[in-house]
This record gives sequence, structure tokens and C-alpha cells, in this order.
Amino acid sequence: MRKLKLVMVGNGMAGVRTIEEILKIAPDMYDITVFGAEPHPNYNRILLSPVLAGEMTIKDIILNDLDWYKDNGINLLTGKKVVTIDRKNRKVIADDGTEATYDRLLLATGSNPFILPVPGKDLPGVISYRDIADTDAMIATAATHKHAVVIGAGLLGLEAANGLAIRGMDVTIVHIGDWIMERQLDKMAGLMLQKALEAKGMKFRLPAQTAELIAGESGRVAAVKFKNGETIPADLVVMAAGIRPNTDLAEKAGLHCNRGIVVNDTLQTYDPRIYAVGECANHRGIAYGLVAPLFEQAKVCANHLAMYGIGRYQGSVTSTKLKVTGIDVFSAGDFSGGEGTEDIVLSDPGVGVYKRVVIKNDKIVGAVMYGDTVDGSWYFQMLKDAQDIHEIRDHLLFGKSNLGDVGHKGQNSAASLPDTAEVCGCNGVCKGTIVKAIKEKGIFTLEDVRKHTKASSSCGSCTGLVEQILASTIGGAYTPADSNSKAVCGCTDHSHGEVRKTIIDLHLLTIPLVMESMGWKTPNGCATCRPALNYYLTSSWPHEAVDDPQSRFINERAHANIQKDGTYSVVPRMWGGLTTPNELRAIADAAEKYKVPTVKVTGGQRIDLLGVKKDDLPKMWDDLAKAGMVSGHAYGKSLRTVKTCVGSEHCRFGTQLSMDMGVKLEKMLFGMYSPHKVKLAVSGCPRNCAEAGIKDVGVIGVDSGYEIYVAGNGGIKTEVAEFFCKVKTDDEVMEYSGAFIQLYREEGYYLERTVHYVQRVGLDYAKAKVVEDAANRKALYERLLFTLQGYKDPWLERSTSAGAVELKRPFEDLTV
Amino acid sequence: MSEWKKICALTDIPVLGSRVVKSENHGDIAIFRTSSDEVFAVHDKCPHKGGPLSQGIVHGKQVTCPLHSWKIELDSGNAIAPDVGCAKSFAAKTEGGDVFLSV
Ligand code: SRM
Ligand SMILES: Cc1cc2nc3c(=O)[nH]c(=O)nc-3n(C[C@H](O)[C@H](O)[C@H](O)COP(=O)(O)OP(=O)(O)OC[C@H]3O[C@@H](n4cnc5c(N)ncnc54)[C@H](O)[C@@H]3O)c2cc1C
Ligand code: SF4
Ligand code: FES
Repeated sequence: MRKLKLVMVGNGMAGVRTIEEILKIAPDMYDITVFGAEPHPNYNRILLSPVLAGEMTIKDIILNDLDWYKDNGINLLTGKKVVTIDRKNRKVIADDGTEATYDRLLLATGSNPFILPVPGKDLPGVISYRDIADTDAMIATAATHKHAVVIGAGLLGLEAANGLAIRGMDVTIVHIGDWIMERQLDKMAGLMLQKALEAKGMKFRLPAQTAELIAGESGRVAAVKFKNGETIPADLVVMAAGIRPNTDLAEKAGLHCNRGIVVNDTLQTYDPRIYAVGECANHRGIAYGLVAPLFEQAKVCANHLAMYGIGRYQGSVTSTKLKVTGIDVFSAGDFSGGEGTEDIVLSDPGVGVYKRVVIKNDKIVGAVMYGDTVDGSWYFQMLKDAQDIHEIRDHLLFGKSNLGDVGHKGQNSAASLPDTAEVCGCNGVCKGTIVKAIKEKGIFTLEDVRKHTKASSSCGSCTGLVEQILASTIGGAYTPADSNSKAVCGCTDHSHGEVRKTIIDLHLLTIPLVMESMGWKTPNGCATCRPALNYYLTSSWPHEAVDDPQSRFINERAHANIQKDGTYSVVPRMWGGLTTPNELRAIADAAEKYKVPTVKVTGGQRIDLLGVKKDDLPKMWDDLAKAGMVSGHAYGKSLRTVKTCVGSEHCRFGTQLSMDMGVKLEKMLFGMYSPHKVKLAVSGCPRNCAEAGIKDVGVIGVDSGYEIYVAGNGGIKTEVAEFFCKVKTDDEVMEYSGAFIQLYREEGYYLERTVHYVQRVGLDYAKAKVVEDAANRKALYERLLFTLQGYKDPWLERSTSAGAVELKRPFEDLTV
Repeated sequence: MSEWKKICALTDIPVLGSRVVKSENHGDIAIFRTSSDEVFAVHDKCPHKGGPLSQGIVHGKQVTCPLHSWKIELDSGNAIAPDVGCAKSFAAKTEGGDVFLSV
């Protein structure tokens, strides 16, 4: 088959990203030709600021080097500006006469800086800040001249001013508004920022309007004159007063433009053969000026150019971050307030912290932060998710990391950290390493930071800090994905919710069927999606879908926990933390017989035998089973422990038989698999010795019955369980707890603990489904009991039947 | 190169699973079976911190290490970028429903 011809005009970030996406999904479809007016391969434009500030070199910011174009068979024509599109003959013509015909044309011409129409605007020494040539010009001027004036105190202007000041120039920033960055910041934050920049030596003139640029003797610009008649010296004037979508070429070709080349949700222009992405495009009335939306556009556009026809671009909510080293500012959404909105403000100019969150109908619609911005991504995520914040409103401003985060000394401001500070406590990754990787590898996403540095890839407690470092290194180019539409993994574009819905709607029973129906991109998925699919299948169709052991993590396959040296740990269940001399004897015997190196009491009220050889597992289980013990599921996304206190049987304060209640709950839930692990606790009185306040379900006995708390978590981030309801009898405890857990089993995303599930859907929702709707509660409870029917202890099964391949002894030693 | 040794029947290895062969000179060798019934043999020791690759999840022609989720290419034993490292790989083949290994 003849390859189709794809021509791209504009060798910048949006266009090249689109081509990368096409190469990923349809590598053989097109012969690709790229025209770029600049003499460079694609580079990371946003890092021009660190280049200007002397923190990086041009070489560091190249995203796709010449070899990349060559290796992918792309015909790259640099230094050639396309001047004509001949739509009738489907070809483009460049300024030097070069022509190229196309079947599809992709316009990615970016923006032009807006040049103030004042006298003197064309003088030598007057430039804008857009590309490598501008940056080089500024660096050269700073070496020979003294006075710089930057017109415009937006992101670009301030970053230019910062760079020039670092290079020793005397910089004045002229701004027409009442405060700086007024499109991104409210007045208070703007003033704090201005003060911080003044402390770095920058001067401000505002509100001030430029009237004229005056030439000196040499013919070069020498001064700026304001409307009020004053003048200040200027050897260099940088115009950073905004950008305009670059539509010259498209307009000349008769394409419909209106402050941008108008495109539909597939990024197609009014000519069906022509697509446009990036800053030059106008989508639903908006031409974006940041990188994050461009990447989303690139993905959708590539899908349509590859003729898959899946996906629509529906616009983006953006956030911004100023990339000035040592200064933390963040803003997102609409913070101008207005009718029906409320403000929550925390202001402490003394320590330089200011936070303002704007709320409408219990949802966050905007946020501005200065000083402490660690929670910027958190607010932004909730904004994008349209999450109801009603329940967390009282501590919203103290932030996500305010309570309970462990592992990085409670740090909350990345900017103030030195490069040597350890950010990720699990993998020992320092701030400097993360910043370096982001810059040198051209990283834009949290996923890629995790991949390249391992930071935040283990327990995740430092995610906020890493996001902050990412945001302050690449500015508004960083956007967290919203949790509902996030793809399960790289093997698919579908979200957890979509996958589960399809499994239910189409009554799918096997993993290959799901992958086929939903167009998986890899032959058998990966270690991330397969366990999730296996869970969705078996939980949606209990007793029908067949469990796939090869899609379970080794612990769930081996029914023991793998250790760092490849041995296993064995934790027998002790119902409610209760045991007998007989059981203890069996454990002691097994420990001796199989030479267990470590015997430890766990944090979950039972005994761990650590360092067991895999070959010994079935034999050890056999011994334990004879004493009546079963697997404790200390592994797996499953029921773990039900912790109890002694309760009224012995305790002088006890109001209820908590041990009894705990054992009943544990027996009911034995063998339950869930999106993530589930832990319960039952205390006999509000002294709460079983720590029910940090469990997925916590039960507290009171004189008149039981209080039930849900969605607590004592792990990475301590989360206090919330009051769910009060009941009278043991049977009610079983029914309400069971129904809540089943709701979570049916709706929680794989690897989402109850706390995160409840945060996502809202406690009120869970209450409505379980507490207030008796019929629904009973139905949920029955579905749970149905699922758990006939569960056989895996230890007993494996120790007696020869069937379990996973645990067969290795083959006879083969001497080779 | 030594001659091929018969190890087991292909059906002794679960699809997308593995079995371990102990060898005196080469340590444990993991034999993997893919969904298209190809077999691969790799030293059962992750280049990262020595995790037992045989216990990982197999997908395509890769296995994900059970300890810290490095992905290892089954044919070459190479870690997938950005991770760097290599587990020794060995020649393996199937013939007439049996698996053969050459070390
Ligand atoms: C054995 C034990 C530590 C101990 O010696 O006491 C333990 C050991 C492990 N925990 Fe734990 N946790 C143990 C009690 C806890 C507790 C306390 C509790 O259950 O009362 C917590 C906090 C409570 C909670 O979960 O809400 C706890 C929070 C975690 C977390 C963080 C979970 C979170 O959502 O924040 C992880 C990581 C994960 O699951 O992803 C984890 C993961 C692990 C793993 C499985 C790590 C792994 O993936 O290999 C550890 C296995 C070690 C091993 O090789 O056997 N462990 N872990 C405890 C077993 C209890 C039991 O009898 O089953
Ligand atoms: C200094 C600076 C700092 C920034 N900081 C941030 C930040 O922190 N966060 C953020 O999200 N965004 C930032 N941005 C904005 C971001 O860089 C842009 O949104 C992004 O680069 C736009 O991508 P694009 O592909 O649409 O346009 P561009 O990257 O500008 O690419 C367009 C390319 O097309 C070429 N071209 C135009 N017309 C033609 C033609 N007729 N023929 C051939 N070639 C042509 C141009 O020369 C240019 O190379 C910053 C921008 C600058 C300048
Ligand atoms: S047992 Fe838990 S806290 Fe201890 S090292 Fe392992 S995962 Fe970390
Ligand atoms: S030992 Fe294999 S990933 Fe760490």
C-alpha cells in the first residue's frame, strides 16, 4: 500500500508531540515531512527561562535531536518557513521555494509575541521572548549593556526579568495592571510576589503605560518614555505583553480563523484534510498558551490522523506556576470570585505564606497560593474532579500533607529545599536528582519522574513534593490527571470505571475477552492492568469468572509474602487476635521444624514466621492446618486482620463483647478479595484500645450498642475514620459493615483503599447507599455473602492436593 | 556451547508462567512460557537487587520483577529503559511438545 503523506508546518512542542503519538500507534501509515522556521530540532521552549538564568544550556533542552528525525524516517526541513498552502493541489510552499504535497496537513505554528504598537518598536535592542534566537540575544546583551526594561509582568516577563537580573543587568519591569501577574494571581499574592522579586533586585513600575521607545546616538534603543512623560534608561527592551496565535499562513489559505485556527473536538480545521494543534489553534473559543493542553490535543489529534477515530478533545483546565528559582507561586482555575462563590483565605505575610481557595456549590473552582504551594496539585486535582469538599472544608487550607504524612520529615515546600534534601524516603532520591532528570530527560509527567528517578514510585507519600518540584521546574506544563478518567496503565486508554462497566455490560468473563473487546494495545497487558482486570472480573461475576493465578502478584499466588531474599513469610490467621496453647505449640513446632530464622508478633495481633523457603511452604501449611489454622492473608488485596481489644468479658470498662464481635466479623469476611486490603477493628468502649479510628471499618462498643466508623487508614498517611452510623445489635454490625465493604468492592478502583474511595465519591453518598437505604443495604450484604460462599482455605487446598503448579517443587537438579 | 537438554513438557509450565531449573554452575534458571507458547530461559536473579524473576508476572515477552517492578526482556535478559542492567539469558526451545535448554 502506498503510504500517505503527512506534512507538518511548525517544528515545535505541540506538533512534534503529535507526531510522536502517531508513531506510537500507526508507525507505518505516513511519510512525514516537517517544516520548521527555526534552524533547530524540536526543543523544550519552556526551559528557555532556566537557560536565560544560566541554570542550563541550549544543548540540555533539545527534546528530539536530529537522529530522532532520521531514525523515524522523518524528512526535516529546518530554517524553512512555509509561506503558502495550495489547498487545491494539496501542497505547501516554503520561502525558499521548497514544495511538499500532502494527503494530510498538520499546522502547529505556535504564537507570535504581541508587539506594542508604539513608536520605536522596531529599534535595534527591542526584542520579544519566544525562541532560542531571542534568548541568545538577551544573553549577549547582558554581557555588554547595563539597563534592561521588560514590558509586561506576566509569567514570561518575570522569567525574562529574573534571568537578566541574574546576568547582572539592572532590570525594571513595566506593567499596565495594578499588580503583577494579574491574570494568574489575586492582588495579595501579586504583592507578595513583587516584594520577593524586589528583594532579588528587580524594580517595578506599575501601573504604567509605555508611550515611546527612544533611540540613542548609536541608533540603538536608549530609553523608555511613559505616558506621564517620565523616561528611564534602557539598552534592552523585552516585549512580553502577551502572545497572539500565529494564523498568518492559515488565513492566507482561506481557513476559518478567529483568534486562532478554528478546530473541532478532533482538532480538525474547516478543511477536513488539515488539522491544527498547539497555540495556533482555537478550540471552543480558547487558544491555550501552556504546554499541558497541547499534549492532550496532540493525543487526540494523532488518534484521528491515524484514522482510529477514537477520542474527543474537550478542552482543558489549566494551572500556572512561575519558574523562578526559590519562589513558589501557584494558581489554577477561576479565582476572581463573583456571584455564588466563597473564599477561604489563609494569609501570613510575616512568613510569606498566602493561600486562597475559591469555592462554589461545595466545589473548588479556583486556587491561588504563594509561599507554600505543596498542595497546589491536590487542589487542582479536586478542581478537575469536581470533588465535593463539604466534609473537608474545615481543614482544606491546612492541606493534604498537613496531617499524618511520614517519610520526608513533614517538608511541605520544595522551593526551600536544598538540592541535597532527600525527597523520597523509600528510594533515597534527592531533590537535585529529580530536578536534573526533569530537565535533561524532558519530563512532563509524574509517571515519567517515577520511571526515571524512582521518586514517589513506592509508598507515594512524597508525591505532593515531587509534583511541586515538577511544577516549579516546568511551570504550567504539569497537570495531574483527573482520577476518574485516568487510564488504568499504558496498555489502554480506558479508565478503571470504563473497564468495570464494560465487564458488567458485556458479561465478560476472561481477561483476553476484556482486552479484545476494549482494544488493549499490548498482547497480554502488564503487571499493572492484569491484576486489576482479574479483580474486576472475579468481583463482578463471582463464581462465574475464573480466577487467573498468572495475573496475581506472587504473594497471592504463593499465599505468603515474598521477602527481599526471595524467601517467604507465613502468617497464620488468629481470629480476632485470639489464640490457644495448641495453636501456639503448632507454630512453635513449625518454626523449629523448618528452621524459621525470625518469629515476630505483627502489628496486626498475630505471629509472623519470616524467612521460609518456598519449597517448605506446603509442608508447613500442612502442619499448621492439622492444628486447625488457616491462612491469615497477610498478603493480597484481601481481608487482613480484625483487631480487637479484650472488651467486656474481662475489662472493667468494657461495654460490649468486642473479641466476640471481632471474631464474627473476621469469620464472615474470611477469604474476601477487594480493590485493596481491608482491615477492621473492634473496641469494647470509647477508650478504643483496638485503634478502630484508623481502620477501613472500625467498630466501637458503647453502652447502647455500637458506633461504626469507616474509611480510616493507618499507613502511609494517617487518615482518621469517619463516623458512619450507630447500631444496636451484633447482626446489625455485620450487615452495615458488610454492606459498606461490598459497596467498596463494587465501586472502588483497584488499589484504592476505602479512604480514597470514600474521598472520591463522598461520605454522604456511601451513607445514602448503606445507612439510609435499607433495601439497598440488604442487597449489598447479600451479594457479599454470596461472593464469599464456599471459600476454601488456600493453605488447606494446596497442602493436600498436588494440583497447585505454582508451588510444585522445582525440577530435579539439573547439573550443567 | 553444550548440547540441548530436555527439561520438561511444555504443559508443565503454566501459560504466562514459569518454572525454575536448578543448576550447579549457573544457579537457578527460570524458564518462561509466553501466551504464544514460546519459551525463554533467564537467570532467576533480577539485575536490580536479585529478585526471583520466576515469581514475576509475565506479559508479552517481558517479566515484571516481583520485588520492585523492573521489567526484564525475556529474550535478552535486558532491563527495560530507563532501568539499566542485564540478567544472563540462556538458549531454550520447544520441540515436539518438550522444552529444551542449552547452557
Ligand atoms: C508484617 C507487618 C509488619 C509487622 O511486622 O508488624 C507488615 C508488613 C508489611 N506491610 Fe504492612 N505490615 C503490617 C501491618 C501494617 C499496619 C498495622 C495494622 O495492620 O494494624 C499498617 C497500617 C494500617 C493500615 O494499613 O491502614 C500497615 C501499612 C502498610 C502499607 C500502607 C497502606 C496504606 O494504604 O497506607 C503497605 C503498602 C501497601 O499495602 O501498598 C504495607 C505493606 C506491607 C508489606 C506487605 C510490604 C510488601 O509489599 O512486601 C510488608 C510485608 C513484609 C513482609 O515481608 O512480610 N503495610 N501494615 C504487619 C502485618 C500485620 C498482619 O498481621 O497482617
Ligand atoms: C520563555 C518561555 C517560557 C515558557 N514557560 C512555560 C511554562 O512554564 N509552562 C508552560 O506550560 N508553557 C510555557 N511556555 C509556553 C510554551 O512554550 C508554549 O505553549 C508551547 O511551546 C507552544 O507549543 P506550539 O508547538 O504550539 O508552538 P511553538 O513551540 O512555538 O512551535 C511553533 C513553531 O512553529 C514555527 N513556525 C511558525 N510558523 C511557521 C511557518 N510558517 N513555517 C515553518 N515553521 C513555522 C515556529 O518557528 C516555532 O518553532 C513558555 C514559553 C516561553 C517562550
Ligand atoms: S514492614 Fe512495612 S513499614 Fe516495615 S519496611 Fe516493610 S513495608 Fe516498610
Ligand atoms: S530486585 Fe527486581 S526490581 Fe528490584
